[in-house]
Amino acid sequence: MDNKVVISVIVRDEPRVLTRITSMFARRGFNINSLSVGTTEHPGYSRMTIVVEGDDRTVSQVSRQLEKLEDVIKVTDHSLEKYVDRELILTKVKVDSAENRVEVRQIADDFRARIVDVGRHALTFEVTGDEGKITAFLEQMRPFGILETMRTGRIALTRGSNVDVPSHVYGDEPSKALETMIQQD
Amino acid sequence: MDEIHAQPKNGAHALWQTLIQHGITTVFGYPGGAIMPVYDALTSYPEMRHILTRHEQGAVHAAEGWAKASGKIGVCIATSGPGATNLVTGITDAMMDSVPLLAITGNVARFLLGTDGFQEADITGITMPITKHSFLVRHAADIPRAVAEAIKIATSGRPGPVLIDIPKDVQMEAFVGSLEGVRPKKPLPQLSSASIDEAVALLKQAKQPVMMVGGGAMEASAEIIALAHAWNIPVITTLMGLGIFPASDPLWLGMPGMHGSVASNRAISNADVLLGIGLRFDDRVTGKIARFAPHATIIHVDIDAAEISKLVRAHVAVRADAKEAALALTSRAVKLENPEWIAKTLEWKSRFVTHSKWSAGQAIKMICDQLRPDDILSTDVGQHQMLAAQLARFDKPRRWLTSGGLGTMGFGFPSGIGAALAEPQVRSVVIAGDGGFQMTAQELATLTRYQIPVKIAIINNSFLGMVRQWQEMFHQNNYSEVYLGDDNPDFVKLADAYSIKAFRASDASELERVLLEWLDYPGPCLLEAVVPNEHGVFPMVPAGASLQESIEEPPTGVKA
Repeated sequence: MDNKVVISVIVRDEPRVLTRITSMFARRGFNINSLSVGTTEHPGYSRMTIVVEGDDRTVSQVSRQLEKLEDVIKVTDHSLEKYVDRELILTKVKVDSAENRVEVRQIADDFRARIVDVGRHALTFEVTGDEGKITAFLEQMRPFGILETMRTGRIALTRGSNVDVPSHVYGDEPSKALETMIQQD
Repeated sequence: MDEIHAQPKNGAHALWQTLIQHGITTVFGYPGGAIMPVYDALTSYPEMRHILTRHEQGAVHAAEGWAKASGKIGVCIATSGPGATNLVTGITDAMMDSVPLLAITGNVARFLLGTDGFQEADITGITMPITKHSFLVRHAADIPRAVAEAIKIATSGRPGPVLIDIPKDVQMEAFVGSLEGVRPKKPLPQLSSASIDEAVALLKQAKQPVMMVGGGAMEASAEIIALAHAWNIPVITTLMGLGIFPASDPLWLGMPGMHGSVASNRAISNADVLLGIGLRFDDRVTGKIARFAPHATIIHVDIDAAEISKLVRAHVAVRADAKEAALALTSRAVKLENPEWIAKTLEWKSRFVTHSKWSAGQAIKMICDQLRPDDILSTDVGQHQMLAAQLARFDKPRRWLTSGGLGTMGFGFPSGIGAALAEPQVRSVVIAGDGGFQMTAQELATLTRYQIPVKIAIINNSFLGMVRQWQEMFHQNNYSEVYLGDDNPDFVKLADAYSIKAFRASDASELERVLLEWLDYPGPCLLEAVVPNEHGVFPMVPAGASLQESIEEPPTGVKA
């Protein structure tokens, strides 16, 4: 059965590292639902959060193929552990009457969405949350008319104080803290 | 560091000195505009042997042949643009067959990168999906580290090709720095004792076990032999694994798959436990995957975790080096007594196709029967390749060089050149078809230039035989663009034009007469065996069919 799985990838911040990763996904026919990249607390290394769609076997193939890339330091499949994830969206909602304007603002309040731009006939909101919250917000706004939306894609971290990444499905590799891995690199 | 050389004055000198420092003695290449500083520096290093081929594809396949025969990294060099893109087929071939290869290319100067400069090609981009890794070196000071890392990556874990692209001005840039320094690589997987426990438990219960060994076990031949005998398990070697387990051993069942032996395919279909080591269950090996080894519990040993359960679901996954896993499994061995199973495999082994008195199969058998245990046989791709795989008997690894995964026509001849240079003490024999030979025939000049004593046999049936066989079987004899007979060159005259000795044999007695003279000729030598053109290769599993549906004998009216 297809499901969405969140994968964190620590990579060397080398030229073309993003291309290496997306090219691998493309040629093996894996679907990327979203992908975000950012710097980490360690200079020279980036973290990617990739949401992958596929059955268990596909997802495990994705992790293993990612691990083979030279610039990939660590792959964490978050379906195997507790994690927090968030996404940020900007969305422009049509407000063509005073009545609608009040109602839209009320919904935004309920979702703790911030107004970041006010137009004559539209309001632009910034919303942060997990996938459920974002989807619910967009569903509520849809009847008023969503003019434009941009999403950052999901970002994720393991819960708790442990930055250890767990060993993988195939279980042969002892887990190592990112710190140690980078020191060795 | 080689003390006789001074501090390298520029990037090009740093490149050669680093290669020498890493034990590289021979490179295959072809010069051109964007790699000229490297060729200029080359003449300062007489200890480095550069083999000039006549096409970059010849250089890369020769480097592959070098690597496949010796187990050491093969190195090829080309200029930017067309030089670099001419390497692409060979790099892909090396990726598919896990060959340790270093490809070095020149590129336009840094300020021209990305501007569609003359002879510019984004070769690191082009080769991204077909290399283990690649480097675009932007400073001369980075060259030693790039070379060191590239060699490390290409040769460690599952081997493969690595490309280093060096812009021309980087080759000329003054070198400031040291030749030392490399980042340590990701650690290789540790063998898990739990997975070995599981495998041992399964094997102990096995009544009809079989081992399948692929090219990944190339360095573990002795350990595989010990393992098979300790447990008393019959062994199948894939196309890439031929020679890892001796053909002369009674436990050997042959090659599996599309043109696999009756014994191999039946053993797979009847096995209750299948122990696969260093193979990737390619579709040519498995046939219809849903019906592959339908009764077997599968133990898969591979150093590349991504190969485990990629195609065939492994019940037990052992992520490890083949040698280490074989040793661990041998140390826990219990000799299995399954006399009925062993007898069955021996009965199957006695079933093989008999070839017509004069045929490609017969010619290839006659050649293979004359090979000494240390001789290296390279083949091209097609019918002759499958026939040689079926008929040759290898008792040692790295004696059989063939393009397995990519199936590259044009591979065989230059690969034999690389093998001859890597192992000058043995005979390097090439078997090619009339079609594939012409894809890299220009390398005859390379033989002449260096007097490399490669023995080439062209099995000339005037057809692209394998394609013709498929047209006969699956396209109602519609011979579309496969007949070469009207315009093939006179191969004996072609050899003569390059001052290469050549023989022609048009029947079995003629071949008998010239065979040893050809094989023992002191220099390069070509043999054209003119064979009838209507023969097919059997057994054959039709594409998409299961191994159980193998056509074990030529159908009525079809010759083999």
